[in-house]
Amino acid sequence: MEHMISLFVRSIFVDNMIFAFFLGMCSYLAVSKNVKTAIGLGIAVTFVLLVTVPVDYALQTYVLGPDALVKGVDLTFLAFILFIAVIAGIVQLVEMVVERFSPSLYASLGIFLPLIAVNCAIMGASLFMQQRIQLDPETSSQAIAGFGDAIAYALGSGIGWLLAIVGLAAIREKMAYTDVPKPLQGLGITFITVGLMALAFMCFSGLNI
Amino acid sequence: MSKLFSKESPLVSPLNLNNPVAVQVLGICSALAVTSQLEPAIVMGLSVTVITAFSNVIISLLRKTIPNRIRIIVQLVVVATLVTIVSQVLKAFAYDVSVQLSVYVGLIITNCILMGRLEAFAMQNGPWESCLDGIGNGLGYALILVIVGFVRELFGFGTLLGFEVLPSSWYVTNGMMVMPAMSLIIVGCVIWAHRAINGEEKK
Repeated sequence: MEHMISLFVRSIFVDNMIFAFFLGMCSYLAVSKNVKTAIGLGIAVTFVLLVTVPVDYALQTYVLGPDALVKGVDLTFLAFILFIAVIAGIVQLVEMVVERFSPSLYASLGIFLPLIAVNCAIMGASLFMQQRIQLDPETSSQAIAGFGDAIAYALGSGIGWLLAIVGLAAIREKMAYTDVPKPLQGLGITFITVGLMALAFMCFSGLNI
Repeated sequence: MSKLFSKESPLVSPLNLNNPVAVQVLGICSALAVTSQLEPAIVMGLSVTVITAFSNVIISLLRKTIPNRIRIIVQLVVVATLVTIVSQVLKAFAYDVSVQLSVYVGLIITNCILMGRLEAFAMQNGPWESCLDGIGNGLGYALILVIVGFVRELFGFGTLLGFEVLPSSWYVTNGMMVMPAMSLIIVGCVIWAHRAINGEEKK
């Protein structure tokens, strides 16, 4: 339990998807123009993460890992194809649910909802999870040793991503009123803002829970 | 031949005017994460070039047989297969670099440049043009990676590709450059310079 909480907090602040690993940058930069849409996308990403990471964890431990399916067979090299198939399927499902229950959110997310399938944050979380299975939970607070850990990691990463995109959207809303040099406007200044936010988040890096 | 290297050809335009990172803002994630040194940046750039070229050719050959509704899945499977091959090759022949790149090799699958080019170009054009387009876009991406990797390694470690360039006797290495945050700021500056030179204003 203690390990789960520490993993959860760690993946929000220290191993933040955006500021430490730059995962999911494309939609992060494109959808962060206003806070409302940003919250919607953040929640969608968190939800997709919350489903895909545990499913991929089960796949990794019971199907792909060494000696998991057949003794002496290591199917890890198939991980990329299987993970992306799981993600694409689940995103399709989420798309249908959002369209049914919140048409306004569906309209404002537009093309970015199906594109969650190719959002690096989702695939990246699964790949990091695959790496961290091998770590020892006694010595490393990043280790993912069970199903609960996988869920805690997914939730933490999702909330970290949500936090980052809402923060940037809020800054960009204010930035519309500032006088930025012309070539720097738009994308350039956004990058530099994200860089400064990442610097601020670096103060968490020594955190030990 | 002159057509092949003209400014608007699929091979040359992605290098500058239509650069996938600086202008189209695709594939940022890996561009930022692997560039703390020059060597992984070059390897990553080359891997992406190979994968964009081959996946463009394959999809362009298949484009008339793929049903429209399931094209994304087909594209993902083609890309995932190519990435698996590249990742196995890297593990076999360049193990150190593949450890350094860690999950970012797998993340080439979700690199927006690939899907973007497949959707926008390979689905409409023949295999030869698609191949050129793939190589061009891959190299345009590699170019930005190399610029960022060059700046960060030079000032962060005082070395280039592991060789000492700024001697440690008088140059104090700048640890800031190695931090992830700096790559964002450097890419921001690259985009700034690119737009200032080309004078393009895109919203």
